[in-house]
Amino acid sequence: MKQLQLIGFLLSAALFGVVASCQSGGSEVVTPAPVPGKPDMKPPVVYQTTPYPWKKPTNFPDPVYNFANNPLTLEGVALGRTLFYDDMLSVNGTVSCAFCHQQPAAFAHPDHALSHGVNDKIGTRNNLGLQNLAFYKNFFWDGGVADLDLLPIAPIENPVEMAHSMPNLLNAVRQSAKYRPLFQSAFGSDSVTTARFLKSLSQFMLTMVSANSRYDKHARKEAGGQLTSDELAGLNLFQQKCSSCHAGELFTDQSFRNNGLSRVLNQDVGRYGITLRTEDKFKFKVPSLRNVARTPPYMHDGRFWTLNDVLNHYTTMQEVPELDPVLRQNGKPGVLLTDPEKQQIIAFLNTLTDTAYIADRQFSAPN
Amino acid sequence: MRRLFLSLSLLTAALLAGFLACNTNDPEAARPPAKFGLDFSNVVGTQPLQLGTVAYKNASGESFTPTNFNYFVSNIRLIRTDGSAYVVPQDSSYFLIRQTDPATQKITLNNVPEGSYKAVSFVLGVDSLRSTADISKRTGALDPAVDHTGANGMYWSWNSGYIFMKLEGTSPSAPRDATGRGNFRYHIGYFGGRDTKTINNLKTITVSFGADVAQVDPFRQPAVQIQADVLTIFDGTTPISIKAYPEVMISPFSATVAKNYAGMFSYKGLKTAVTD
Repeated sequence: MKQLQLIGFLLSAALFGVVASCQSGGSEVVTPAPVPGKPDMKPPVVYQTTPYPWKKPTNFPDPVYNFANNPLTLEGVALGRTLFYDDMLSVNGTVSCAFCHQQPAAFAHPDHALSHGVNDKIGTRNNLGLQNLAFYKNFFWDGGVADLDLLPIAPIENPVEMAHSMPNLLNAVRQSAKYRPLFQSAFGSDSVTTARFLKSLSQFMLTMVSANSRYDKHARKEAGGQLTSDELAGLNLFQQKCSSCHAGELFTDQSFRNNGLSRVLNQDVGRYGITLRTEDKFKFKVPSLRNVARTPPYMHDGRFWTLNDVLNHYTTMQEVPELDPVLRQNGKPGVLLTDPEKQQIIAFLNTLTDTAYIADRQFSAPN
Repeated sequence: MRRLFLSLSLLTAALLAGFLACNTNDPEAARPPAKFGLDFSNVVGTQPLQLGTVAYKNASGESFTPTNFNYFVSNIRLIRTDGSAYVVPQDSSYFLIRQTDPATQKITLNNVPEGSYKAVSFVLGVDSLRSTADISKRTGALDPAVDHTGANGMYWSWNSGYIFMKLEGTSPSAPRDATGRGNFRYHIGYFGGRDTKTINNLKTITVSFGADVAQVDPFRQPAVQIQADVLTIFDGTTPISIKAYPEVMISPFSATVAKNYAGMFSYKGLKTAVTD
């Protein structure tokens, strides 16, 4: 009996060994071929990153950005911040992202109607301030880029902005002694790939959340959220007259609309240039109004220098065929507002300035 | 003693059976993986395409000299004689054919299952899924940070879209630039849009091997000869004149160019490398 057990045991052990050897032989055959250019899959160097504690403001909608594909780390954010402030991102080393996106102006470009690039080249549109980028479905006035990770390539390669080429730039970053340790600590090796470069820039930009204006504190019923009677009247008027487009806590519904700007001097087709749909001609993204008092001039071509000018446009606009229906009341273009009402709306818009964001050192140039 | 002998012989028999089973179950393990070639040759009518040196003529009677010609080939499927298909794994199925770089004109597919194949199909361009994929999925020819600034450029950074087909050249029928040169440029892209529906210029092309059968096994590596005729871009379904359309990029007319180039491929034969 004992011997029978031994036989059984020996048999099963032998069979198991045969089956196991079969499997290991088979697995070699189905190993997929490596993808050319894919970041190497060697065992990672031992390194330790610290997760960045990104938080959605309680009064905000859910973010659009897919954080699962790019988990934020303090090290990744630090690398992105260094890149954001680095002049080497432009072809002649004179223009960084921060050149046109300045913190005191909520990362817009003050005193510039149109974007200003290398060798004093001038673009065709007014740059937008940067904030709350995790919440946007697409970027630029025409919504041309829908993925934050792909966004930086556009200004870097635009001949009237940074005028660089990505392969040359990535090679320069590879050769930079400054960046080797930054990539090492963010990603575990100093290999500079397209994805790492772009995702670290995204990481920094995703941390740029602005949600601490006086209005936000009012909305969240926090201390410091007191609004004056004029500001409250302005908020009320804003909700009646402006919030069908500048909707929600982002102060934009992210749609593309025509707001009745004269085309005598500027025939920019806007969203049409991306979609080629006739109905998108002369439409532009409804911009967020957060920090709006800090980001003059206004409109896609920077034609208005004050908020007063903007509101005057809405009350005096002339008919254009593509005008958004919401801006046409009883067959007439424009929004009805008295001068005192305009001042109340401006008083309210000023409560959207987030002074903590503008002063926050985690977003300023690294030492 | 007899019991021990019995158990030993049982064990030997079991092991032997195991090894035999292993061998018959998995005959491929001993055979090297098979390969399949797709060789593209670009021509203009009956002549081979040469960049910058030869003036060709389209059906509109316009003389033109191509200076650059690139296109993306992706989502390759090899169709068997029984109608079933081998789908090349997604991550290994994107190729950029450049006229300036002969190495790119010969595609080698690795690990192709043994069998008999009668046709190949592919997408001319970059499908919508990959066109909207995470940056980490855009490697090799799809890397938006490879050189896209000059003639090599196959990516529009301002709308994050790939250029599927690029044909550039000079022609006396095109408007003259400051140097007196007449330039024409066709950059065709548009995958159908991410959140707003746009033109979809993706074309699925099937090239049949006619009466030929491409036999794939580890000892016979077929390479299908595929020809792309630049002339079809002008003289396809809708004749296109350079004078009327010297630049086609971001316009609804791009769909007409795409319709034409969808017909530019033809089967030119099979080369089989035999080894033993």
